[in-house]
Amino acid sequence: MKIFHNWSVRLGGAALVLLVLIALAAPWLGTVDPTLFDAASRDLRPGEAGEITTLEGETVKHVFLMGSDSFGRDIYSRVLYGTRVSLIIGLAAALLALLFGVVCGLSAGYIRWLDGLVMRVMDGIMAIPAILIAIAVVALWRASLPSVVIAIAIPEIPRVTRLVRALVLSIREEPYVEAAVSLGTPTAKIMFGHILPNTIAPLLVQGTYICAFAILLEAILSFLGVGLPPDIPTWGNIMAEGRVQFVAYPHNVFFPGVFLAVTVLAVNILGDGLRDTLDPKMAKRV
Amino acid sequence: MSTLEVKDLTVRLPRGGDRAEAVSGVSFSVERGEILCLVGESGSGKTVIAHSIMGLLPKTLELAGGEVRLEGEELTRASEARRRALRGARMAMIFQEPMSALNPVMTCGAQIDEVLRYHTALSKNERQPRAAALLREVALPDPQRLLGAYPHQLSGGQRQRVGIAIALALEPALLVADEPTTALDVTTQAQILRLMVELQRRHGMAVLFVTHDFGVVAEIAHRVAVLREGRLVELGDKVELLTRPRHEYTRMLIGAVPTLKPHGRAAPSDAPIVLATRGLSKTYVERSWLRKKREIPAARDVTLEVRKGQTLGIVGESGSGKSTVARCIVRLIDPSSGEIRLSGVDLARMRSSEMRPLRRRVQIVFQDPYRSLNPRRSVGEAIIEGPLNYGMPRPAALERARRLMELVRMDPAALGRYPHQFSGGQRQRICIARALAVEPELLVADEPVSALDVSVQAQVLRLLEEIRTRLELAMLFITHDLRVAAQVCDQVAVMQAGRIVEHGSAEEVFLRPQHEYTRALFAAAPGRNFNFAPA
Repeated sequence: MKIFHNWSVRLGGAALVLLVLIALAAPWLGTVDPTLFDAASRDLRPGEAGEITTLEGETVKHVFLMGSDSFGRDIYSRVLYGTRVSLIIGLAAALLALLFGVVCGLSAGYIRWLDGLVMRVMDGIMAIPAILIAIAVVALWRASLPSVVIAIAIPEIPRVTRLVRALVLSIREEPYVEAAVSLGTPTAKIMFGHILPNTIAPLLVQGTYICAFAILLEAILSFLGVGLPPDIPTWGNIMAEGRVQFVAYPHNVFFPGVFLAVTVLAVNILGDGLRDTLDPKMAKRV
Repeated sequence: MSTLEVKDLTVRLPRGGDRAEAVSGVSFSVERGEILCLVGESGSGKTVIAHSIMGLLPKTLELAGGEVRLEGEELTRASEARRRALRGARMAMIFQEPMSALNPVMTCGAQIDEVLRYHTALSKNERQPRAAALLREVALPDPQRLLGAYPHQLSGGQRQRVGIAIALALEPALLVADEPTTALDVTTQAQILRLMVELQRRHGMAVLFVTHDFGVVAEIAHRVAVLREGRLVELGDKVELLTRPRHEYTRMLIGAVPTLKPHGRAAPSDAPIVLATRGLSKTYVERSWLRKKREIPAARDVTLEVRKGQTLGIVGESGSGKSTVARCIVRLIDPSSGEIRLSGVDLARMRSSEMRPLRRRVQIVFQDPYRSLNPRRSVGEAIIEGPLNYGMPRPAALERARRLMELVRMDPAALGRYPHQFSGGQRQRICIARALAVEPELLVADEPVSALDVSVQAQVLRLLEEIRTRLELAMLFITHDLRVAAQVCDQVAVMQAGRIVEHGSAEEVFLRPQHEYTRALFAAAPGRNFNFAPA
């Protein structure tokens, strides 16, 4: 495959594979249950040894690689388990936004009378700041993984819709689509058999950008205290709790921050690489 | 000393290309006051040569060897600064697409002024009249108004004239023209060619003219160089080369140029009428909230008839409405008024659901073979799509696809391959096979050979002719090229501004044109007075 010749794809892809492995293997990487705390091990510096009480009431010795927070929880364990939440939210939000965006964009682009209606609704959604929609949706339902994913995906739908509609409008003028029309191919078959397959490359690229933005938005929501409940280890929650003591104990914010930055960067680099290889029109001239 | 001397020019292609070198050891010279035509099919390296001379090669192409001397000065090893100083001043270039060669956000005046400002010491007050004089020189009316106009406000021919004015601004010794008339209509092309010859004589420039069109060559060249796959196959005096070509490839190329004489085949006049339109019109209406609605008539009152086994050609320039008529007949667009009778049934008012069962009876082949096939579907899938839509079982459809591939002279084993693996001519054959798969009564061919090289064009035309006779198809052939029309059409309709201005048998129209516009079209056909060597 020619996409693997691209260095951005290799670099971003490798970093993401590593993060996925970390997320999957979190229990075996020297972590403890991320919800455990111990009053005796509060505010430890990175690398300091202390002890932690398990759910069974046993007290075990534990080295706090990234230090501990003001409840005595292990930051290292919380950051590693947080990877799971971030990756799931990024992927799920991107898929959800793509799914709805493709349906809306295809119908707006191919069914004339729907165009105005769908696009004005999308304009309306775009006029509201993403973070406000997200806060409102989370406030409406209780904060949980599905509600946060929906909250993050909704503001992304108009962008996907616009992209798909623009692609459909140009592809439907292509002679091969007109040839299909004159061969008597039904409309639905033209939409899903001829037009949709030719939008996949740009959609994949757009999907990676949504994924990166979703991971970031989840962290922002958690940081503001309107995201997932504080006992769930997410990078945003860890940073939110560490914020008050940032000056004295910067490791509370530093480590989740590094993971967040690296993840978003990796996804964006992968997206740039995919764009360069899959969508030659957008790629820079060599 | 020659104005331009190219010696052993070699340009390497990046690895993985279809050959190692874009240009291999090409040598020629252009003298003062001479027009040298560089002719070749697409991919022959002619544009690469033009760009190497100008020092405009893209970074992916590497100048591997050879010399380019402009008035004795070696250019390939010259510094970029030196080359920049020479470009515009001693050598200038005209491009194919006059719209994209001009900057859309600058006025024409500003673009001419730019050249004068960077290369001369003229003051602002001196530059303005000089720019106006240049526009006058390229025969543009009302130079003062055009200086303030933006490129999109001009017609294609006017834009190309502005391009020429910019090239001429500093009186260069060498003018490199890369297919400057290919994007223009035939009547505009004739004017631009005349202008170029006149300017070349007046200024005594050396002109390197890149083209694929032997008609144009016959019109303006002094000497001709023929390229094939990056190598020079023949170089010689125009008359000598066009009438007594020595190299086999040149002979094949010239032999493939269709003649302007109608073929004179007797067409059956009692065969049943397959297609008849009456008063067919298409008006585009532009509605806007703030402006008054605008009506643009694209086709007006078009009445034609095509009989079984007969080819009707619609000839006209761009914007004449010929494609609009074709697309109405295939019902890709809805006509505004009139009748389209296919074997007696009127299609003009049918809704798309009523239309679907009838669609197989009219099929269309488009101009651009690269966009006519879905890049993500195999050739086989493309050909069987129609039969499957009409309920044919898959194995039978595949069997028909194999037979059709043989009919269009392609290997049936290629059915599993994808469009990008085929050349333009092969793709056009596949498109023809796809259209024939539903056994239409009428085949509409909308400029089917305009995007193809002349040798491939000849093959595709022969194929269409053969299919029409064998299947007794009625064919509607849309073209801007009179030579092509002369070769395939029994009947010809000439369109101008949405109307048919002349209609008759090919013989009548070609040999005794009645309408003034038809005569103008013939007069503009390049190389019409030239007898090319027979194939």
